Amino acid sequence: MRAARLLAVGWLLHIKMLSRSSFNGVLGLVYPLFFATVAFFLFREGSPHALLYASLGASVMGIWSATSTAAGAALQRERWQGTLELLVAATAHFSLVLLPVTIAMSTIGLYSMATTLLWGRILFGIDVSIVHPVLFAASVVATIVAIGMCGFLLAVSFVRYRTAWALGNLLEYPIWLICGFLVPLSLFPGWVRPISWMLAPTWGMRAIRESALGGSPLPDLGVCLALGAGYTLAGVLVVETMLTAARSRATVSLT
Amino acid sequence: MTGLRIFFIGGVTSYRALFNWLSPWIFVPTFLVAPIFQILLFVYIGRSAGVQSDEFYVIGNALQYAAIPCIFAMSNTIAGERFQQTLGYILATPAGRLPLFVGRSLPVIVNGMGVSAFALVVGGAIVGIHVPASSVGALALVIAISAFACTGLGLVSAAIGLLARDTATLNNIVFGLLLVFTGANVPLHELPGWMSTIAQGLPLTHGIEAARRLAEGASLSSVDRLVGAEALVGVLYAFVGYLFLTAMEWQSRNRATLERL
Repeated sequence: MRAARLLAVGWLLHIKMLSRSSFNGVLGLVYPLFFATVAFFLFREGSPHALLYASLGASVMGIWSATSTAAGAALQRERWQGTLELLVAATAHFSLVLLPVTIAMSTIGLYSMATTLLWGRILFGIDVSIVHPVLFAASVVATIVAIGMCGFLLAVSFVRYRTAWALGNLLEYPIWLICGFLVPLSLFPGWVRPISWMLAPTWGMRAIRESALGGSPLPDLGVCLALGAGYTLAGVLVVETMLTAARSRATVSLT
Repeated sequence: MTGLRIFFIGGVTSYRALFNWLSPWIFVPTFLVAPIFQILLFVYIGRSAGVQSDEFYVIGNALQYAAIPCIFAMSNTIAGERFQQTLGYILATPAGRLPLFVGRSLPVIVNGMGVSAFALVVGGAIVGIHVPASSVGALALVIAISAFACTGLGLVSAAIGLLARDTATLNNIVFGLLLVFTGANVPLHELPGWMSTIAQGLPLTHGIEAARRLAEGASLSSVDRLVGAEALVGVLYAFVGYLFLTAMEWQSRNRATLERL
């Protein structure tokens, strides 16, 4: 019960903090729109279905965008603020402190998702009619949670790097590319597809499309959440290893 | 002589001191790997949408990505003085403002050229585009002029950065606008009229068009108007940037916003 409360309070607190940041808030909203606009211009030459496909894909790009760079830099930011040692020394497990931070980052991407859909509707006339609204909402929530969990794994994996933001930033394009947001996986070489299948955003994207366009999203949604849980488990193990090493070498602050 | 020393030596020193992205941990992922993935992203989107050739996206994005080093480096090397708490000392010196600020742009242009050229060569090799050997020299010239023009815009961004708090947000928005407007991914004739009109006054637009024609085998003389237009745009932005910088200096003294963070 205490763990659930810590997760909920941490998530809400960080949502408020991120909403007030121009970099994470305003830019997180605007930046994916540039890429969405280019995609809409390119896909509008094709069928209306292609434009709808692009609209849904571009909207999810913002969720990943809000998470990748910010999650990479999450621990470095605590380090700059001088709070990392306090969080590591807290009685609560460090994973319970960090997980709501990265899920809050992906939740902020919801603004971008809504804005992109609205942008496509107003400027390009893309009418997104949702066939299964409840399943669509569930798919969006599952995708946000799974991407947040992926961000958690990134954050703890980059704990020893001072410039982790650059590594997080680097992952923005590859995930956009190989998770099927705007490009069907069938267009990639065969060796890329197994990599895509290991990534939760791939399944989250599929669940969102299936629920919006009238398919059966539940299997995709299940795989998305299972992969997210796997990332969290891996992240917890990495946290243990990293913190043990950092404590024994006195390198938490990297000073 | 002092002016030249400030221009060349001061420029390089300031660039190395203030542009912390030169660390390999930032330089490699941001300037060498990310542009390749940007190229691949748009090549595959283009293939998925069934529009334009791979060459169109490779050249467009390789040149457009020069915006990252040119705009971010330019604002870091000028607006960065404020974050280092050294802006007051710099502006208290009797050094001429032209060599002081514009001298910092030379290493930025070289960096922008390097990033674009690397992206073009590696991205082109991965995707498999063919550029005639006879066009390589002219392409290098166009890349250099495009990087110069983009650095001019970076100078404007740097001037705004002396007053604005968050230069990273501003620079990312400028990068996004260049992505949409310059024809890097959408041909200008497919953009609405007002967008393609604005594009004529932006850096990279003419450079990208010239580079595409050169890659198709055109001679340098046949794209001289485009190259000239790109250079002119660069000169105008550099001039406006310099005026902005001197105006911002005056205003920041007047309103005591010199060290505002």
